[in-house]
Amino acid sequence: MADAAVHDSHQSPSAGPSRAKVLLREPLVLNNRSYSWVTNRIAGIVENPQPKGWWFLVIPCAMLVAVMVFCFTFLVSTGVGVWGPNHPVAWGWDITNFVFWIGIGHAGTLISAILYLTRQKWRTAVNRAAEAMTIFAVMCAGLFPALHVGRVWMAWFLAPVPNSNAIWQNFKSPLLWDVFAVSTYFSVSVVFWFLGLVPDLATLRDRCQPGLRKMAYGLFALGWRGGNRQWRHYEVAYGLLAALSTPLVLSVHTVVSFDFATSIVPGWHTTIFPPYFVAGAIFGGFAMVLTLMIPVRKIYGLQDLFTMKHIDNMAKIILLTGTIVGYAYLMELFVAWYSGSLYEFDAFKWRILFGPYTWAYYGMFFCNVIAPQVFWWKKMRENLIVVMVVCMFVNAGMWFERFVIICTTLARDFLPGQWDMYHPSWVEIWTFIGTFGFFLMLFSLFLRFLPVIAIAEIKGVLPEADPHHDPDQSKRANIVAAPVYDGDQHLSASEANSSPVARPAHS
Amino acid sequence: MSSPLKRVHGYLAEFTSTRDVFHAAEKVRDAGYSSWDVHSPFPVHGMDDAMGMPRSILPRFVLVGGILGLSTAFLLQFLTQVVIYPTVVQAKPANIYTIAAFFPVMFELTILFSAFTALFTCLVMMKLPRLNHPLFNSANFAKFSDDKFFICIEARDPKFSAEKTKAFLADIGGTSIELVEDEL
Repeated sequence: MADAAVHDSHQSPSAGPSRAKVLLREPLVLNNRSYSWVTNRIAGIVENPQPKGWWFLVIPCAMLVAVMVFCFTFLVSTGVGVWGPNHPVAWGWDITNFVFWIGIGHAGTLISAILYLTRQKWRTAVNRAAEAMTIFAVMCAGLFPALHVGRVWMAWFLAPVPNSNAIWQNFKSPLLWDVFAVSTYFSVSVVFWFLGLVPDLATLRDRCQPGLRKMAYGLFALGWRGGNRQWRHYEVAYGLLAALSTPLVLSVHTVVSFDFATSIVPGWHTTIFPPYFVAGAIFGGFAMVLTLMIPVRKIYGLQDLFTMKHIDNMAKIILLTGTIVGYAYLMELFVAWYSGSLYEFDAFKWRILFGPYTWAYYGMFFCNVIAPQVFWWKKMRENLIVVMVVCMFVNAGMWFERFVIICTTLARDFLPGQWDMYHPSWVEIWTFIGTFGFFLMLFSLFLRFLPVIAIAEIKGVLPEADPHHDPDQSKRANIVAAPVYDGDQHLSASEANSSPVARPAHS
Repeated sequence: MSSPLKRVHGYLAEFTSTRDVFHAAEKVRDAGYSSWDVHSPFPVHGMDDAMGMPRSILPRFVLVGGILGLSTAFLLQFLTQVVIYPTVVQAKPANIYTIAAFFPVMFELTILFSAFTALFTCLVMMKLPRLNHPLFNSANFAKFSDDKFFICIEARDPKFSAEKTKAFLADIGGTSIELVEDEL
C-alpha cells in the first residue's frame, strides 16, 4: 500500500544514500486535489444543471418504463400465455432476465464489501455508483419472478404466511430459498448504501440554501455532525455490514444456481453451478460497472478520482473472472463426458453441436471467454474504446449464458417426444428492453440527486487525511514518485478542471 | 420560536488539517475534558486513541441480532414443516434431519437480522436521527462536511470554564473560536 511506503520514509527521515529508493504507489486521487476540490467536484454534479445529454438519456428511458408498465399490465390482465414459455420450456426469458439482472448486482457488493475487507482503497471511487447499480439491478430482477407466477395477486404466497388451508410454504424448496436470498440481498444492500450515504448527504445539506432541498437532504442525513463519537460507531457498523455482505453476495447467486442444480434436468444437475454462477455474476457485474462509469467519468470530469488505474484494475478482474467462467464451461463439458451419464452428455451435444440454439452457445463463448482475453495486453486496458467494446460483449455474453443454460437445456430433455422450440413473444422482448429503461432511468436519477462518488471516503484516502502525514515527505531523497498511469492522454488535468458541468456551486 | 433566553452549548474551535486536530485532540484528552468531540469530514485514523475512547461495543449487539435471526429462521421452518404441519415432500423426512434443507434460510435471516441490528443500534449509539442540534447554529460549522475540522468542548463538561476553555482551545491551535448557543 501507499501508506507502507509513506511510513517507511517517516521512520527514516535522514535518508542515507545507502537505503534503497522507495517507489511510491500511484496516488488514488491524481493532481494533488484538496478536500474542498473533491467536495466541489462531486457535489457540483448534483447542484448544477445536468448536461443536455442527461435529458436525452432520461426521456427515452422514461418512455421505455412506460412500455414496461404496459407490458406488465397486458400480462396481468391477459395471463402468462402472452409470454413465450410453454411446455417443455417453462422458463424462458423471464428467468433468464432475472438471473441476468441479479448477476449484474453482484459486482456492486463485491466492490463495496469484499474490496473493503481486503483494504483495496481504490474501491472508494467506485463503490457508491456500483452499490446504486446493485440496488437498481436487483429491482429489475425482482420484477420477473414476481410477475411470472401468473396470478400476481397471489404473489403473497411467497411470504412466510400460511394460506387459508393453514399450509405453510415448502421451506425445502430452492425457489423459496431464493425468495429469502434475494429479499435479504436487496434489504442489506439498501442498508449498506444508505449508511454510506449519510455523511455525503450531510455535505449536500450543508451546501444548500435553506429550503425544500435542504430539508430533504437534512432529513436523510439524520442530523449528521461528523463527530468522532459518531464516526467510531459508524466505522464499526460499516465494517460489520461489509463482513455480513461478503458471504451474503456469495450466497445469493449460489442459491439462484440451486434453482437449477437441485433439479434432475440434464445440463442443470451439476455441482459446479454455485461457484460458476458466482464468478459469472461478478464478471458480468464488473462489465456493467465499467459500461456505466466510463461515460460518467468523462461527462462529469471525474478523471482525477476515477483514474485509469481503476479501469485497469477492473479490466483485470474481468479477465480473471472471465477466465474462471471459461474454465467452468470447459469443465462442465468434460464432466458431462467423464461422468458417463448418457443424458448429461447428450444435453451438451444438443447444446454445442446439433441443437437449435448452438448459435447462442458460440455467441456466449466468444463474448465471455474470447473477448476478455484482450485484457492481457496493457495497451488494450488503457484504450477506453476497447474496454467499452469488451464490456458490451460481456454484458451480452452473460445474458446469452443464462439463455443457454435455461432455454437450450429445457428444449432438449429426456424424451424426444417432449422436445420443442422456444420463441420469445413481443411482450417478453419489450419487457426486457423496458427493464433496461427502468435501470438506466434510476441510475440517471441517482446521478442527478445523490453524490456519485463517496465524498467522505475519497477524502479519507487522500494523503493528507493521515494524521501522521508529512507534507514535505515528497521532497525526501529516497522517495521516487510513481509514474502516473496516463492511458487517458487526451484528457489532461487542465481539461478535467474546465469541465463545464462540475464547477463549484458556491465560491 | 426565538426567545431571548439562550443556553451555552460550548466552545467550537476550527482546525485546518488532520495533523493539527489530531494533536489538539490528544491535548484535550490529557487536559481531562469529558464532554467534547472532534468533528471531521471523514473518520480520522487513530482518533479514538487520541480522544481516549475504547472500541465501540456495537459488535456485541450485532451478535445478538444474528443469533436472533438464526433462531427465528430455525423455529419458523422447524415448527411449520415438522411440528405444526409435517410436510413430506422432495423425499425428505419431516423430523430433525430435515435441518439441512433449512440452512439457506437460516443463513439469510442471520445476515438480515444482523444487518438491521447493525444499522439501528449504530443509529442509537450515534444518538441519531435528530432534526436539529445547537452546533448547526454556527455558520462556520457547516465546513465540517467540506474541508475543516472542529473541536467542540461542551458547557456541561465539569471542567468547562468560560475563559479558561477558550484560552485553552486557542492554545492548542484552534482558530475562529466561537461560543455556540442554543435557543431555548
